[in-house]
Amino acid sequence: MQLRSKHLIGIEPLTRDEIQLILDTADSFKEVSTREIKKVPTLRGKTIVTLFYEASTRTRTSFELAAKRLSADTVSISTTASSVQKGETLIDTVRNIESMAADCFIVRHSCSGAPLLLTRACRASIVNAGDGSHEHPTQALLDAMTIRERKGQIEGLRVAIIGDIRHSRVARSNIHLLTKMGAEVRVAGPGTLLPTGIGKLGATVTTDADEAITGADVVMMLRIQQERMDRSFFPSLREFAKLYGLNRERMKRASPDAIVMHPGPINRGVEIDHDLADFERSVILDQTANGVAVRMAVLYLISQAAAGAAGGAGTPTGGAH
Amino acid sequence: MKLLIKNGRVVDPSQDLDDTRDVLIVEGKIAKIDASIPEAGAQVLQAVGRVIAPGFIDMHVHLREPGYEDKETIRTGCAAAAAGGFTSICCMPNTNPVNDSRAVTEYILARAREEGAVNVYAIGAITRGSQGDLLSEIGDLRAGGCVAISDDGKPVSNALIMRRALEYAGMWKMPVIDHCEDLNLAENGVMHEGYYSTVLGLKGIPGMSEDVMVQRNILIASATGQHVHIAHLSTAGAIAAVREAKRRGVHITCEVAPHHFALTDKDVSSYDTSTKMKPPLRSEEDRQALLAALKDGTVDCIATDHAPHTYDEKNVEYDYAPFGIVGLETAVSLSLDRLVHSGLISMTRLVGLLSTNPARILGLKGKGSLRIGSDADVTLLNPQRKITVDADRFRSKGRNTPFNGWKLKGAPAATIVAGKIVWQE
Amino acid sequence: MKIKARIMDRKKIQRAIARIAQEILERNKSPEDLALVGIRTRGVPIAERIASGIESEEGLKVPIGTLDITMYRDDLSSSQERAEVHRTDIAFSVNDKDVILVDDVLFTGRTIRAAMDSLIDFGRPRTIQLAVLIDRGHRELPIRADYAGKVLPTSRKEVVQVQLEEIDGQDEVLIVEGEA
Repeated sequence: MQLRSKHLIGIEPLTRDEIQLILDTADSFKEVSTREIKKVPTLRGKTIVTLFYEASTRTRTSFELAAKRLSADTVSISTTASSVQKGETLIDTVRNIESMAADCFIVRHSCSGAPLLLTRACRASIVNAGDGSHEHPTQALLDAMTIRERKGQIEGLRVAIIGDIRHSRVARSNIHLLTKMGAEVRVAGPGTLLPTGIGKLGATVTTDADEAITGADVVMMLRIQQERMDRSFFPSLREFAKLYGLNRERMKRASPDAIVMHPGPINRGVEIDHDLADFERSVILDQTANGVAVRMAVLYLISQAAAGAAGGAGTPTGGAH
Repeated sequence: MKLLIKNGRVVDPSQDLDDTRDVLIVEGKIAKIDASIPEAGAQVLQAVGRVIAPGFIDMHVHLREPGYEDKETIRTGCAAAAAGGFTSICCMPNTNPVNDSRAVTEYILARAREEGAVNVYAIGAITRGSQGDLLSEIGDLRAGGCVAISDDGKPVSNALIMRRALEYAGMWKMPVIDHCEDLNLAENGVMHEGYYSTVLGLKGIPGMSEDVMVQRNILIASATGQHVHIAHLSTAGAIAAVREAKRRGVHITCEVAPHHFALTDKDVSSYDTSTKMKPPLRSEEDRQALLAALKDGTVDCIATDHAPHTYDEKNVEYDYAPFGIVGLETAVSLSLDRLVHSGLISMTRLVGLLSTNPARILGLKGKGSLRIGSDADVTLLNPQRKITVDADRFRSKGRNTPFNGWKLKGAPAATIVAGKIVWQE
Repeated sequence: MKIKARIMDRKKIQRAIARIAQEILERNKSPEDLALVGIRTRGVPIAERIASGIESEEGLKVPIGTLDITMYRDDLSSSQERAEVHRTDIAFSVNDKDVILVDDVLFTGRTIRAAMDSLIDFGRPRTIQLAVLIDRGHRELPIRADYAGKVLPTSRKEVVQVQLEEIDGQDEVLIVEGEA
């Protein structure tokens, strides 16, 4: 089995089997990072460009390590949206780099839909590393990998996603993924941060964090993205932390072996109480570690799909003994 | 100069006519309509199977000249209108400079006489520079030839300015056309707020941002007794408000754009920037409300909000693309296909929406009718012709249409302005 | 697929593997340094059987690893069959070991090339040796088997199918008509 598309734009278009394939492949790739020589030659000769129009340390580092551990050549370009608006268009930038024989672009952009736009403008594979408030597919995949490791399976789990749902691409990708895989998803946030129609995505919606957390197997806290808020959505961080922040008291409502997740970076004392981010059932560092394995799997499967799309001109190998 | 249009189905709501007739045009005026008129030296245009209608009027067009000639010029915009079956178009004032003075109005009208294939009417700005605070010289705009005022593209946010504009323009019975949008509620939205904006992660423009401004305008129109025309109405809430206000006798009229009755916010799913316009493509419920209102008469006219942009301007991230799509060359086919052939409205009602009513709203003398002595502006339709929309063949400089490749039934067959055939299929 | 010939049955396979175990012990003078690495998929049970052969002969437990060579294949951009990546599991240090790579069929040699590259990324074995159940010829690389259960001349178009109890429910080696 392989992926149907040579691009990864979101979780929404993926089938359950494709998600399963990525997660299984990631499990296999995870071992590479435990070796003394953390490198395999799988993508030798491929050129992978990370193109970040939004600041990000962890996602870009994670993608770069994934590409390097697969022996691909990597180039990283980062720029701010404002300087881009003044100069070259996104499409021109990507076409220029593509003409130097880039095989894959990993794109982060503040505009929803920017990676999809690129799939229509160039031949290389496009991997979405987070676009606006749309999707962040590799984050949802690494979350799923972490949940699977800790809980055995995703189906039937109760997952609470708490915080700024409106601006969160992580929430959207996770809702798509978790509902496809058969989890029960509840989202909670202040009324101003619950976008219209979010319930139609298959999650139950509430403004009461306690209600969402009660009996949950997984509690996923979202980051308050102050940079995406050009209006006041709640009166103060203090009040937000009081109503929606995760603390030991609130955590008691969850199932006794519930795990705590956060896509990072954490605003300590806001989404998660100071002492809880490091507590024993927080899997935040597992999430980061799994990020590299998931991204290796994605880059491998995308390259494979691209080779298939190119016609697979080679001879049948008959098992390649 | 005589032109005889033979054996067509004449549809003219202004004289309650829907029958097979010949139409004789002499010296740019309608001279005679009869069951059979002898040729007698006239140029003959056979119209079997065609509809003969009073020339179509698009009261909401952006011609872009002066200032944005890379998007459109008066010449290309008029050519697009002719090819789309329109004999008259009204151009909005958001040019550069803004049409807030008689000098700009006269410039536009002079250019249109020199280069335009169709009649051009100017709409002047309500406020200077359309900045929303100081009234333009509305009397002078009127004297220069403006038929209405509007700050289109921008709403009149200040209710006091709206009141003053209505009271002042009312002296000449000039309608005030408002782009209804509460900019605070609309925030920096780029598409309709709803399920699809949530899934796509695009900022939403809620329906209520339009509804509250329509309600405000109804209150001010009612209190002042003056005429407000709602541009490109798009929501179920606004339709309900207008319907109710009309019932109470408030002097309010409204237009609907073809894309709002043909598409919904679901069509934004590809992030195709040719689905980005203001008001945005609304929900299916809104679309159904518009269709019902087109049928029951709440909607007075169909206007395109033709808004050409260059390829490069639209070939960017959805958030960065300018609002607006072209409409002149697809409006008639969309209307025939989606409204008439679907059985929603009659041909007579369609001619009312595209000709009789806009002429009445704007007080255009000699337009919107085929009565003897009227201007010989005639739109011929071929209701059975099947077309495939091909943006590469548009006369407009703008290619920014969401309808490229659409197969539609019904199209304009010929466009006649002042007795002269300016376009023929 | 049409079966052209049955080459080995359960008994013959058992005997071939027992002989390989014996030869490994004969050739390696310090059996405590031995390690077996099975190449996925069918090299793994063969490695296990060799290990139990060595254990009954010498009373010595030889460490066994599992190698998935997909990450090391050289045909990602041309292969039509889509390779799924599976786990590699080598829980011991290969440094200074005499590592026996184990596979079912030796054909072009490309799998073995990939397996050696992979193994070397885990450390520096003293020797790498190769044991296969069937050597069917047609090498594309300078690689040969140190231990072969059977040398079987074949045509390129034929397919050699090894079936093992642990995976396929029975022990059998067949030559079948290729799909070409």
